[in-house]
Amino acid sequence: MIPTIPQPRALRFFYGTYVALFFLYLALPLAVVAVFAFNDSQFPSLPWEGFTWNWFFGDSRPMIGVFYERPIIRAVGTSAFVALFVGLLSVAVGTSNAFLFNRFSFRGKGVLYVLMLLPLVIPGIVLGISILVFSSTVANGMWDIANMDIQALRPGLVLVILGQFSFIATIATLVISARLQKFDRSLEEAALNLGASRLTAVRTITIPFLMPAMIGALVVAFLMSFENFNTTLMLVGSDAPLTIAMFDRLKEGSTPLLNAVSLLLMLGSSLLALALILFQRRG
Amino acid sequence: MHSGARIGFFLLLTPLVLWLALLIVIPHIDMFLVSMRERVGVRQYETSFANYLTFFTEPLYIRTFVRTAVMSVLATIITLLIAFPVSLYIAKIVRGRLQQVLFVLCLIPFYVSELVRTFGWMILLRETGLVSNLLQWTGLADQPVEMLYNDAAIMIGLVYTSMLFMVVPLVTTLESLDDSVIEAGYDLGGNGFSVLREIIIPHAAPGIVSGSIVVFMLSLGNYLTPTMLGGKDSLWFTEMIYNQFIVRFNWELGAAFGFMLLILSSVIVWSMLKLTRQSLEETMA
Repeated sequence: MIPTIPQPRALRFFYGTYVALFFLYLALPLAVVAVFAFNDSQFPSLPWEGFTWNWFFGDSRPMIGVFYERPIIRAVGTSAFVALFVGLLSVAVGTSNAFLFNRFSFRGKGVLYVLMLLPLVIPGIVLGISILVFSSTVANGMWDIANMDIQALRPGLVLVILGQFSFIATIATLVISARLQKFDRSLEEAALNLGASRLTAVRTITIPFLMPAMIGALVVAFLMSFENFNTTLMLVGSDAPLTIAMFDRLKEGSTPLLNAVSLLLMLGSSLLALALILFQRRG
Repeated sequence: MHSGARIGFFLLLTPLVLWLALLIVIPHIDMFLVSMRERVGVRQYETSFANYLTFFTEPLYIRTFVRTAVMSVLATIITLLIAFPVSLYIAKIVRGRLQQVLFVLCLIPFYVSELVRTFGWMILLRETGLVSNLLQWTGLADQPVEMLYNDAAIMIGLVYTSMLFMVVPLVTTLESLDDSVIEAGYDLGGNGFSVLREIIIPHAAPGIVSGSIVVFMLSLGNYLTPTMLGGKDSLWFTEMIYNQFIVRFNWELGAAFGFMLLILSSVIVWSMLKLTRQSLEETMA
């Protein structure tokens, strides 16, 4: 099973083939999505009608490319806006949580820690509906009491951001906590001995040490928010993020335009993921 | 704690408490309260178990609920069976650069939106899709074959979507197994099978548990894959929640459904942790 233990050749061959097939299985759906983005046809399926760039750069019907398709471009913008907000919010709260759990011991810490992990084991759609129900309870209550209509509490981008944040914050907390645990506190004490105040010590010593984890958490949060579907589906208003916009189109029937969008998404997210891996190896 | 530390403590505690209270705890309590309401008139409600009664007496609801649970368990088992040999290969057989490359190759597809992955399977499996064409070309079928819109298609999609969450914990735990322990197993007269059963699998148990929990959760709560790949009669429980909330606008029943889903997933996760004597903290770290 390991290289130092000799195994029959046939077994090794079968094992190797199995693993190769597995990677084929992983690659296949993504590969077909990518390839059919270049099919000169109205449908992302065989027969192959020839190569075209029109699904990216076409500017006239019936082949309007991604870059001329207004609703899609707008949806990408919405997604990026939401993802950036969710990322920054998650990293801020995640850092604060990491310090709290790492530096303080207090009554109820264990309970709070388990509570903090819970969002990961709650189905996304349940998170979505619970926030939907609660926000509309609050909005209705405000209307009854003060005759105020708070638009932010109705389905829309604010709720989408809060809904995604509610579980992505857990991931940010875990990522940043893991790095903070490796921090050598004597470094901070040295800064204190040299006359720094506690806040200065944290700002100049601890935060720079945490930076790789904070950036890592930001990128992961951004990607998770960008591709989130379940929670977003329940909270979305009239401005649809990209995954919802694509889902609506896919229900109506697919054209290679969706393949082109998907290919760009794949390129974007794998570049971001690769940059993150390289960054962390260096850091 | 002196006063400075005390202020710091409360400053750090506030965001955590606000987040957990306003976005997790209170919304779930509110959802429960809504699920306990029965509409008796326009904006008039009574507290009752009516919604839960509807859930338990309507065969369609119960059947979908059980079907979703059983298929999620099945998807978890299949994912584990497929992922285990691959993880063992990555963790123990390949070395150096190739090991890292294979591991990253496992990760890359999952940075891509689930929608794109599902779309890929639609292109492959539909009547005019690649698999159907391949079957006709090789002569195994003499007319287009529709492989989409059935339970097998849902299963393929679920297993594919969950794979990463099984491979990563498995590779991590298997890597921590010292080669010399495996060698010792062989030295003591074990064969491939007994070493696997008595050394490797027990060592990988924490990875198996955390992978299975996450995969089960993701399958149970999945909406996209069953909707896109499943047929008319392969309804998923999340679809029923969505329908009650968005299509029918029956929030009371929808909230009850949501609560049932939450209970089901909690019970299964909790019993898996209990069975294997692990805690949520260890599993998620």
